[in-house]
Amino acid sequence: MSTDLDALYQEIILDHYKHPHHKGLRGDPSSAGTAEVHHVNPTCGDEVTLRVHLDDGVVRDVSYDSVGCSISQASASVLTDLVIGKPLDEAMTIHQTFLELMQGKGQVEPDEDVLEDAIAFAGVAKFPARVKCALLSWMAWKDATAQAQADNEGSAS
Amino acid sequence: MEGLLPDLEVIRKDFPILERTLAGGVPLVYLDSANTSQKPQVVIDSMVDHLERHNANIARAMHQLGAESTEAFEAARDQVAAFLNAPSRNEVVFTKNATEALNLLARTIELGPGDNVVITEMEHHSNIVSWQLACERSGAELRWFGLTDEGELDMSNADQLVDEHTKVVAFTWVSNMLGTINPVADLAALARAHGALSVVDASQAAPQLTVDVQAVDCDFLVFTGHKVCGPTGIGVLWGREQLLNELPPFHGGGEMIETVTMARSTYAKAPHRFEAGTPPIVEAVGLGCAVDYLRHIGLEAIHRHEQAITAYALEGLQTVPGVRVMGPLEATRRGGAISFELDGVHPHDIAQVLDSRGVAVRAGHHCAKPAHARFGVQSSTRMSSYLYTTPAEIDALVEGLHHTRSYFKVG
Ligand SMILES: Cc1ncc(COP(=O)(O)O)c(C=O)c1O
Repeated sequence: MSTDLDALYQEIILDHYKHPHHKGLRGDPSSAGTAEVHHVNPTCGDEVTLRVHLDDGVVRDVSYDSVGCSISQASASVLTDLVIGKPLDEAMTIHQTFLELMQGKGQVEPDEDVLEDAIAFAGVAKFPARVKCALLSWMAWKDATAQAQADNEGSAS
Repeated sequence: MEGLLPDLEVIRKDFPILERTLAGGVPLVYLDSANTSQKPQVVIDSMVDHLERHNANIARAMHQLGAESTEAFEAARDQVAAFLNAPSRNEVVFTKNATEALNLLARTIELGPGDNVVITEMEHHSNIVSWQLACERSGAELRWFGLTDEGELDMSNADQLVDEHTKVVAFTWVSNMLGTINPVADLAALARAHGALSVVDASQAAPQLTVDVQAVDCDFLVFTGHKVCGPTGIGVLWGREQLLNELPPFHGGGEMIETVTMARSTYAKAPHRFEAGTPPIVEAVGLGCAVDYLRHIGLEAIHRHEQAITAYALEGLQTVPGVRVMGPLEATRRGGAISFELDGVHPHDIAQVLDSRGVAVRAGHHCAKPAHARFGVQSSTRMSSYLYTTPAEIDALVEGLHHTRSYFKVG
């Protein structure tokens, strides 16, 4: 049972938790192609405010402010590492791959080529109560990205 | 240890779930009773027996089983009336839970622009949101009693808050987050002095204090079945008979009417006025059995036990570096729920590590976000004991917290 716990709290997760990457909101939220969302996990109160800047089909920047548990904090940190600078369609593929891993009840083999550090979250999938923690910032990113896309399209036309 | 229930080991045998082991073969240490209590065998048996032998719909069935079922359901009403020391059994309305009972009141008590409703910052969301909705609907103003740094109600501006336009003063008896025990009789008297109705949320009080509606002298009081060793799916609204009969109906349907024509209907008196449709029959049977079980052990003895365990837990928590307990620090001023923070570890992570050791606690905002905000915290970890909790279980919690600190390498 404590091996399950160690599978949940991988060293990589604890490192990202203690030293989160890209934390702190950056950039001008009102500039073109930028969107900001606020998501909460209503059962525990974890919160994230996440800002996405898209430009020319590329995820230029993602930044966030958040409060929450180690899993939710580390997952936001890993998310930003994975998607910043990537073409949007590739970022979407990463998102989809992570979502499948999280919803796989521990049965899905993680793809390290796509997910890099995020494979450390494979153990989370065995703890249904924590899957929402891991997905909080990823869902916020998807939402903000859709809004930023709409914003870009709006200003282009 | 003084104050513990003398038959603690026997009482534990009443609760089959306490024998359970969890993943890895660790024994269950259940410290989440403020969330829901465990159920003694008598309650389980009473419900199984009802379903196996007496099941039928009530009131409308003209056969022997129907009569037996009706009798069992109405006997539960008597048991609850006795539990509350209610002057009349007609004052006991069965609802789905405490939340529904509070919403029933917030929906049926008439409010309008210029009126106000006074609640407190330590309410459970069910006693906040229902009144927020009522105020939004009616244009009435919602006012709040604040909290002191010690986690007690700040009564210093009571006379400004409650005035001649106050229609309702609604407050919890025992806080589910801070553990604070409020001066309910004083609050009920304050409401009455201004012509307002008092609504007591006894969800956390009913499990561990003697609830006597005549002594509190309030107008309405609610509690929920599953926290008093009863099943889920049933709660209680108690109200003064006359007041209940003055309120308009809540839900329309079968059982709550006197007569129905195509032009109009007239309504039954309380309690049936508020029990539209087939009620939670077997749940009522279980609840009646549960409150009898508690009365048999004695609410005063249970309260003493809770205080002894709470004092022991407060002491134990102090030995863990970085623990900050919210709410009153003296066991005599609080109930058996203790919310705390542990420096450097998020409540979710605490609960997860404790769970791997079989210790079940709650992590989050415990449906009391305003009270958390008042103390500048977003979430907390809560341990809550009950009549079956042993000092050894508190030791397991405290050891678990020491282990949590080392697991997350804090300190
Ligand atoms: C103080 C208080 N009031 C109300 C409730 C609501 O109870 P229920 O969810 O059973 O309606 C609870 C339980 O969570 C509570 O602790």
